[in-house]
Amino acid sequence: MSDSPLLQCIEVRKAFTKPDGDPLLVLEGMNLDLYEGQIVGLLGRSGSGKSTLLRLIAGLAEPTAGHLTYLGQPIAGPARGIAMVFQSFALFPWLTVFENVALGLEAQRLPRSEIRKRSLAAIDLIGLDGFESAYPRELSGGMRQRVGFARALVVHPNILLMDEPFSALDVLTAETLRTDFLDLWTEGRMPIKGVVLVTHNIEEAVLMCDRILVFGSNPGRILSEIKVTLPQPRNRLDPNFREMIERIYVEMTARPKGGGAGGRQERFPGLGIGSVLPQVSSNLMAGFMEAVAAAPFNGKADLPEIASDLQMEIDELFPVAETLQMLRFAEVEGGDVKLTEDGLAFAQSTIDERKRIFSRHLLNYVPLAAHIRRVLDERASHSARKSRFIDELEDFMSEEEADRTLRAVIRWARYAEAFAYDDNNAMFSLENPS
Amino acid sequence: MKRFEPYVFLRQLATRWDILAFIVVIGLIAFLGETARGLFEPLAELEITPLSLNPAHLPEYAARTTFRMLAALFFSLVFTLTYATWAAKSERAGRLLVPILDILQSVPILGFISITSVFFLSLAPGRVLGAEFAAIFAIFTSQAWNMAFSFYQSLRTVPTELTEAAESFRLSPWMRFWQLEVPFGMPALVWNMMLSMSGGWFFVVASESISVGHSAVALPGVGSYIALAIEQKNLRAIGWAILTMLIVILIYDQLLFRPLVAWVDRFRVEQEPGERVPEAWALTMMRRSRLINAATVAFHAAVLWTSRAVKHAEGDAPPIQAVDRPKRSLDLLWVSLVIVVVVLGLWHLVAGLITETSMHEALHVCGLAVITMLRVFVLIALASLVWVPIGIWVGMRPRAAQIVQPIAQFMAAFPANLLFPIAVYGIVEWKLNPDVYLSPLMILGTQWYILFNIIAGASSIPAEMRFAAANLGVTGWLWWRKVALPAVLPFYVTGAITASGGSWNAAQVAELATWGHTEVRARGLGSYIAQAAAADNFHQIVLGVGVMSLFVVIINRVFWRPLYYYAERKYRLT
Repeated sequence: MSDSPLLQCIEVRKAFTKPDGDPLLVLEGMNLDLYEGQIVGLLGRSGSGKSTLLRLIAGLAEPTAGHLTYLGQPIAGPARGIAMVFQSFALFPWLTVFENVALGLEAQRLPRSEIRKRSLAAIDLIGLDGFESAYPRELSGGMRQRVGFARALVVHPNILLMDEPFSALDVLTAETLRTDFLDLWTEGRMPIKGVVLVTHNIEEAVLMCDRILVFGSNPGRILSEIKVTLPQPRNRLDPNFREMIERIYVEMTARPKGGGAGGRQERFPGLGIGSVLPQVSSNLMAGFMEAVAAAPFNGKADLPEIASDLQMEIDELFPVAETLQMLRFAEVEGGDVKLTEDGLAFAQSTIDERKRIFSRHLLNYVPLAAHIRRVLDERASHSARKSRFIDELEDFMSEEEADRTLRAVIRWARYAEAFAYDDNNAMFSLENPS
Repeated sequence: MKRFEPYVFLRQLATRWDILAFIVVIGLIAFLGETARGLFEPLAELEITPLSLNPAHLPEYAARTTFRMLAALFFSLVFTLTYATWAAKSERAGRLLVPILDILQSVPILGFISITSVFFLSLAPGRVLGAEFAAIFAIFTSQAWNMAFSFYQSLRTVPTELTEAAESFRLSPWMRFWQLEVPFGMPALVWNMMLSMSGGWFFVVASESISVGHSAVALPGVGSYIALAIEQKNLRAIGWAILTMLIVILIYDQLLFRPLVAWVDRFRVEQEPGERVPEAWALTMMRRSRLINAATVAFHAAVLWTSRAVKHAEGDAPPIQAVDRPKRSLDLLWVSLVIVVVVLGLWHLVAGLITETSMHEALHVCGLAVITMLRVFVLIALASLVWVPIGIWVGMRPRAAQIVQPIAQFMAAFPANLLFPIAVYGIVEWKLNPDVYLSPLMILGTQWYILFNIIAGASSIPAEMRFAAANLGVTGWLWWRKVALPAVLPFYVTGAITASGGSWNAAQVAELATWGHTEVRARGLGSYIAQAAAADNFHQIVLGVGVMSLFVVIINRVFWRPLYYYAERKYRLT
């Protein structure tokens, strides 16, 4: 390990401009050093800004404040020594495997013979021999991502950026590709010196990374940094490995001390009328509560355990757990989820009773739902336009988020039969079709 | 089964830029008309190649007609790659360029041919070349707009990850254009080229034989041949011309478009295997041919070579941001440029119209437009009554669809104006009421868009949905109402929009027809424009085309577009 970092981010901050001109903060106080020989993982849920940070490093976007340097030089635009692997592969469908791989070298205006030699070497290294003349559509997902890797490696980058490179693949294919990558990495057969990996898969992070930065949302920031010192190759069944995973779950569900920035209110939305609501269906909530209520959990479950039991990724698990917490059906802390009394009652009720319980909690604990209901009750016509609430929400969030939030509340309200919504004329009302 | 790209247009109902765009377009037309008028006199004498009705000449005529089509297609491509790129890359320019394109798409340019002809003839006076340019320009106007529009849409919808990949591998803008943006836009562009071609045949027939002043310019071609046949009341010759056109379109389809469609399939970004790959024997032949192979390799090398050359010229400049940052001074310049053009356009419009048009005439023209509008809507309704049930029936039967679909597409490409003389002959012979019996001609060529869109829609109904309906015992009228009609609605709207636009254009040819020296006329805006063109009354042409454009634009904005988005939102399967 050399002394000066390959890559350095100092107090990086990124804000987008909302349509109304207000800034929307997505990243704050980002500090990151990447040293030679390291894989650094950026772990978090969607919306935590980890992909944004990766794009800043790749030079595809500019930070609002702070500094990013690569080998001591500020990053302005895509740097030659930094290559990227994309979640959806981002291959050019009209180019063959060979042409896709060669493209980055052609952009560098290298002599033709050199392009050919290096492209074939990269194709060979990543196990794509024999597929040179195939078009991406003729390949399976795993093979396509191999092209993605070959394309990135062929330019001999110092740093490889990976944006959830395995998340679009099935479990088995992803595992094979990960193992192959780690083999090449530990054997030092790739030209790269350091890796930044974005992921929302905790196991993947622990399996691959030397350091993990756990991201929190709203705005995206680093909650904690975890060093993984287990030797490669790592074994999922190793108790140390399980302990590591448990620890990350605890970190991710930790109640922040005090209020202020990064406080509970931001992590558990729904406490104000202007909070963005997650897209979690009532079915998913009901299923989750049933699972937690049933044996072997009996009302209290360890998050990693129930995640592997229900085969849920953290991207699905955390929104459900937090929505239940918001609706006071569950408590989430220290890597555990525990049903409240009403949560347990819900799990054991009939359909009609469930709807009553849900309705009560929805109107009590989701201020937006309560607000809509109050407006409808007060009006003689018992109806109101959707645009009215959208306008209100847009004081707090972007247009798109307002729309999503309203859709979430509509779904819950329909389940709870708290109020009705007609999509054809965009009207809320109290009448339910009988 | 072929996938149909939805009709492309702007999403908003209307912005102030649209109004500016409308003024610019109509202003330009008026300006051209005014200019042409001044150029008129010295052009009275024109050398005309004598035409012959001998069928032996038809292959030569057909070749010339086809050449004009290809030339226009080439210019349309050049226009597309430049105009659309400019509109997409520069936010400043795009704000006006895109609405202009949208308006141009709706302007029925056909009535305007005689004016543009004078303009082009003046560029090369007394030469056939001028007339050739005029014809090619007329075809160009029927092809370029929707091609440019589709390419613009493609440029705006290149997947972010592909753009990011191109950027992170430091492709130069030139290389990115040829390696990413052009290939990505290709499928939609080829599809729109096919649509354009269908319209183009119609125009080529109409534009080869034009009267300028008191002399007629007849370029050797199928269109002039048929015009001569009409003048000489020669039904046999018309039959020959129709046969020739059938063969020409067949060859065009087999040699140009089928290979293009099959080739372009590789540019589709959705990479799911399983969908049937389009086949074309001509493409297979080309792929196996060393000559063609060498040509593609050469093209690829040219792209790479120019990339290098261009990059050298650029130097190793820092990467260029995708969207240029607006600069105050440039903005000011741009806005003042727009204002100048708009004021000029407005001035020409007002000056031209006020001095030569009475309020009475304007109202009269609007009344005629209402008549033509009614005609278009009634015809679309009638055609729908016929083709929707047939299309659904065919679309549900894959084997039938395989036979009927190419025929419908072929019929859409066939220039219906070739068939007009036969109908007109009948109307003259039996002394039928032209107000009624000329009308169907307007939709003769465009009804096929309804049919083949419906077939495409019906064949895309998932088998499980049909089984479910059968399983629940949904039959008869209930089945049509709840299953079949909603499922094809988005496709129907797409087809009806195309058919309606085409019918407005066709009105200018269909409402006024001749047989020998007999003239049959249906009351409407189309015949008004046609008569004005025959009489070289420029202000009447401008007024007629202007009012027709206004009608088409308004109908598109307040009727078709909302309907399209409603259908897309509510009834799109998957």
